[in-house]
Amino acid sequence: MGYVRVTKKHIIFNNTPMTTPTLSYQLFPLGDSALTLDWGNRIDEAINLEVMARYQQFRHQQFPGFIEAVPAYSSLTVYYDPVFIRKLLPAEGTAFNYVRERITEIMAVELTYKETNSRMVRIPVCYDASLSPDLEHILEENKITVEELISLHTGRIYRVYMMGFLPGFAYMGEVDEQLAMARKLRPKSTKAGSVGIAGRQTGIYPFTSPGGWQIIGMTPIELFNRNRKEPTLLQAGDRVQFYSIDKYEFAHY
Amino acid sequence: MSLRIIKAGIQDTVQDLGRYGYQQAGINPSGAMDRYAMQVANALVGNELHEAVLELHFPSSVILFTRPLMIAITGADFSSSINGEPVPLNQGIVVNKNDALQFHRPVSGARSYLAVQGGFQMNHWLESQSTNLKATAGGYEGRALRKGDELICRTEGEYSKYLNGKNFRILPWTADHQSGDNSKEILILPGKEWDRLPAASRERFLGTPFLITKLADRMGFHLGNEPLDILPGEELVSSAVTFGTIQLLPDGKLIILMADHQTTGGYPCVAHVITAHHSKLAQKRSAEALHFKMTDLETAEQLLQKQQQHIKQLQNACLFKLQPYA
Repeated sequence: MGYVRVTKKHIIFNNTPMTTPTLSYQLFPLGDSALTLDWGNRIDEAINLEVMARYQQFRHQQFPGFIEAVPAYSSLTVYYDPVFIRKLLPAEGTAFNYVRERITEIMAVELTYKETNSRMVRIPVCYDASLSPDLEHILEENKITVEELISLHTGRIYRVYMMGFLPGFAYMGEVDEQLAMARKLRPKSTKAGSVGIAGRQTGIYPFTSPGGWQIIGMTPIELFNRNRKEPTLLQAGDRVQFYSIDKYEFAHY
Repeated sequence: MSLRIIKAGIQDTVQDLGRYGYQQAGINPSGAMDRYAMQVANALVGNELHEAVLELHFPSSVILFTRPLMIAITGADFSSSINGEPVPLNQGIVVNKNDALQFHRPVSGARSYLAVQGGFQMNHWLESQSTNLKATAGGYEGRALRKGDELICRTEGEYSKYLNGKNFRILPWTADHQSGDNSKEILILPGKEWDRLPAASRERFLGTPFLITKLADRMGFHLGNEPLDILPGEELVSSAVTFGTIQLLPDGKLIILMADHQTTGGYPCVAHVITAHHSKLAQKRSAEALHFKMTDLETAEQLLQKQQQHIKQLQNACLFKLQPYA
């Protein structure tokens, strides 16, 4: 019997307490009212877990002048109020240095965390060509059948790495290599509910908007509702699984 | 009811200092483009500085007041009049029932602000009254104002004593709006990818004027520059951006992100306009030139602090002047 090589894919993070690996980061200003911590410009689950854990930590250990923190794939940006902070400082010294010191203190705290968000969201998608302007193109380019596409797209549980672009737009990954598809050269008007692919990311348009992702299906559910207490259906850290519905189910959802 | 839109403008919205705390859900902050002018308008009528105001673009709404109110107009000069008589910027004005406010010509600047004493009676969405056009939420039904819209002001003021039978009255003090900053340069700080610009591109960035194209709105200003080179590097994964971020697009052109910017982006961030100059930038129009000059964080923070101190002093002075009328 040979060795089983354990790769990241086999690690189950769900509610397993673990010590944070010492991941190194860079810190740089984003203008004069924000700064970014950067773990290395990559789409990588271990890095994103660190980003999300640090994001939660920053929210709970707010320093004076903290406005908000925004997690992304491999970075975390902290927005602060420099005028408020400068009132607390001696004559010399910048608000940026003050915030950098607070953040360095917080980051020095060894983080024993578990994935705090273990929400799983199931989303119905109709992969009918009539609702999916780029379906034929992607089948042709990637030389797969529509059945294969559905089975590949619904066959994985995706992670919401980050939110951005539009209110409620979730960047999810990663799709099977056989589904990977470059963005469109020119953005086209894309309907609300459209499920798209860009590279190895997948996402859903919460609003009708210009967009460059290749559209393979459409969901009947609402990704954004301003009247809900939490207006967006998804949040960073969520797990998402798609399931296939037919045109009739879509129309009567 | 307190005021009615009797003719719609091109894009007039309710805005305050923005909606923060929800960018992690992709909800962009919105808020006034020129927050300095917006706060001056509030100071002039004795409001809290963060109170929501109307942000007006040209052609602007025609506004009918349906009860006496105290208002102030700041920011761009659109040659305003009440009942046909010119009225000044940066001064409190007590208006009467049935007075009509109109804007005639875009004389200078790009956005005007109208504050009303007491602010607007309007629901908050996620703790702010700013209109988020993308989410169609906040402000007045989440959209730009249309003909027939009626806004209610919270004011309880009794204004008839100001008017003495006159139609409207201009209060006899003026806000000094410029705060001593008449420099034509827009100060910037280096972005993370600044060093990926070759020396020649950096020189061009700081040495030549950049024209604002017709694509200039609340989301961002596209600049009509000769394409700038960038040294090859790895493709960037998306990360957070901010008001004032200058991105280099794949075609070598620049875009400056403004109040309705997306929360995240994946283009190289070559520079950031300092916050103290957002106000100046927000008043630039298509075909106007921008001259960028590099500065440092210390200067950027000091200028912002000075600007905010100036508004605070103005607010206190206005409150003092308004006392006899209270």
